[in-house]
Amino acid sequence: MSTLPKRALGKWRALCAVSLANMLEYRAEIYLWVLASVLPLILLGVWSRAAQSGAFALSSVEFIRYFICVFVVRQFTFIWVIWEFEELVVSGNLSHQLLQPLNPVWRFLAGHLTERVVRLPLVAGVVGLCFALYPAAFWLPRPMDVLRATALLGLAFIARFWLQYMMSMLAFWSERAAAIEELWFTVHLFLSGMIAPLDVYPESVRRFAELTPFPYLIYHPVNLLLGREVNLQRALLVLAAWGALAFLVQRRLWKRGLERYSAMGS
Amino acid sequence: MAAISVRELSKSYRVAVKQPGFRGALRYVLSREQREIQAVQGVSFEVEPGEIVGFLGANGAGKTTTLKMLTGLIRPSAGQASVAGQVPFERKRAFLESITLVMGQKQQLLWDLPALDSLKVNAAVYDIEPREAQRRVDELAEMLDVREQLAQPVRKLSLGERMKCELLAALLHRPKILLLDEPTLGLDVNAQDAMRRFLREYNQRHGATVLLTSHYMADILALCPRVLLIHEGRLVYDGSLSGLVERFAPYRQVRLELAQPIDATELRRFGEVEALNGLSAVLIVERSRLTETVARVLSELKPRDLGVSDPPVERVVGKLFLEGDLAAKLGAASGPAAGESRA
Repeated sequence: MSTLPKRALGKWRALCAVSLANMLEYRAEIYLWVLASVLPLILLGVWSRAAQSGAFALSSVEFIRYFICVFVVRQFTFIWVIWEFEELVVSGNLSHQLLQPLNPVWRFLAGHLTERVVRLPLVAGVVGLCFALYPAAFWLPRPMDVLRATALLGLAFIARFWLQYMMSMLAFWSERAAAIEELWFTVHLFLSGMIAPLDVYPESVRRFAELTPFPYLIYHPVNLLLGREVNLQRALLVLAAWGALAFLVQRRLWKRGLERYSAMGS
Repeated sequence: MAAISVRELSKSYRVAVKQPGFRGALRYVLSREQREIQAVQGVSFEVEPGEIVGFLGANGAGKTTTLKMLTGLIRPSAGQASVAGQVPFERKRAFLESITLVMGQKQQLLWDLPALDSLKVNAAVYDIEPREAQRRVDELAEMLDVREQLAQPVRKLSLGERMKCELLAALLHRPKILLLDEPTLGLDVNAQDAMRRFLREYNQRHGATVLLTSHYMADILALCPRVLLIHEGRLVYDGSLSGLVERFAPYRQVRLELAQPIDATELRRFGEVEALNGLSAVLIVERSRLTETVARVLSELKPRDLGVSDPPVERVVGKLFLEGDLAAKLGAASGPAAGESRA
C-alpha cells in the first residue's frame, strides 16, 4: 500500500503530465495570449520617451527595464481560472469533476502551472527582441535579486490564484461571474504598477495601494529584479494575508455554492 | 442492505418568471416573480445489489434530477437517499469510489488528447496502481472493443467509439453502482447493441448495480427486468415491464389479412390504425372492447385471416409518453402503483 504523500505526489505528477500535454495542444492560443499582453511594452516606449524630457523617479533606461520586467512578471501572475470555472458551472460540466475524489482546484492549479511552461519560450523571445531594440537597457539581475523576486512571485501567483478562485465561486450565483474580473482588472491596472511605476503616484495613493494585494503582484517583484529597495518581509506578509483570506472565504463560498449548484444540462 | 435506498425524496427549484417584451423585462428587474417547481416529489424505492433497473419517464419527468440527487450533485429538498451505504450529498471518498455516472450527452474525456491520457489521470485520482490500471484498461478495452481507439485523440473518434471510451473511463475504478443517463443517446443501432451487451456482461462479471434511464425502449427491453416509471416528479410504477404495459396500456394488436382493399378512414371505425399496407392491416384495440371489435371486424370486413397479440412494448411505452396517455391513465388509477408494483 502506498503512503499518503507518495499517492498525492503520484496524482500531482499525473495531473501535471496530462495537463502539459493538453496545454501543448493549445500552444497557438497560449502564444496569442502572450502577444495580447504586450501593453507594458507599448507603455515602455511612451514612458522612456517621457523620461527623456521630464524629471521622473526613473531614468529612460530604467523605465525600459521596468516595463520589460512588468511584461515578464505578468506572465507568471496571470490567472484565468474564473473563465474556466464559470464555463464549467454554467454548462454543468463541473459535475464530472465533482464525482471524482479530487477537489477540482488541483486540476486548475496544474493547468495554470503547466501553461506557464508552454509560455516560457515565447516570453524569452519577446524579451530578447526588446533588448535587441533597446541594447542600452540590457542588464542581468543579480542572482540574489532573482531569488528574492522568485520567492515573492511564487507567493504572488498563489495569492492571486486564490483571490480569483474566490471570485470564481460567484459563478454559483451568477452566470456572468467573470464580469467581476473586469472590475478587478481596472483597479489592478492602476494600482499594480502595470501602466506606471507607483513612484509616479501621489504619496497618499501609494500608501493606499500598499494595503491592497495589487502592488505585490507586479510592482514589488519588478523592483526586486531591478535591484531596487523592497521590504520583502512586509511584501510576503501582506500577500500571505490576502491569499489566506481569499482561501478561507473561497472555502465558505464553495460549500454554500455546492448547495446551489444545479448541475445544469447534465 | 440495498445498494440504493430512497425514502420520500423530493427536490424543488425556485425559478424566476419573466414575461416577454420590454414591459416584461422591466417588471423582471423591478420586482422579480418566482415560481416553485416540484421536480421530484416523495419518491421512494430500493435497488438491490446486482440489479439492473430501468428508469422511465417523459422529458422533464424528474429522472435526471433523481439521478443527480443519487450521485450527490444536488442536495434533496426533502427525504433521504442512501447509495452504497452513504449519504450522496456528503460526497465522501468511499461514496465517490463506489459510484459512477455516465451521461450520454456529456463527456469527461479531454477532447484533444487520446483517451489514454484521461485514463492515466483517472487511475491516479482513484489511487489505482499503474499495473492494476493497465490490467483494467486491457480488460475493459477488450470488452468494449476499443483497444486501438484509446491511443487516438478523442476528437477524432466517432460518437460510438467516444461513448465506449467514456464508459471505460467511468468504470476504471470499478464502481459498484452505475447510474446511466441516456448512455446510448445518438448512437447507431450497432453501437447501441454493443453498449447493451457490454453493460450486461459488466453487470454479470462484477455484480454491479445499474440504474439506467433511456429513451430507447430496446435498452430497457434488453437490460431491465424491472422498471421504475416517474411522471411529473412522482414514482407511479415500480415493477416488471410486462406489468407496466398491462397496467397502463391495456391494448391488443389485431392483425388482419383483408379480402379486399379498404381505406384507412373506414378501418378507423374499428380502432386505431397502426399500419395499412395493401391488404395487410394492424389495428390497436382496447382490451375491454376486443371481443366486440373482433366480432364486428369478422362480420363486416370478412378478413381472410385475423390474429390478436400484445403490441410491442416499445410502442406502448412510447404511446404512453408521447401521446399523453400516461396522464389519462394516472387520472383513472387510484393509487400511485397498483398490481405487482413494488412502490
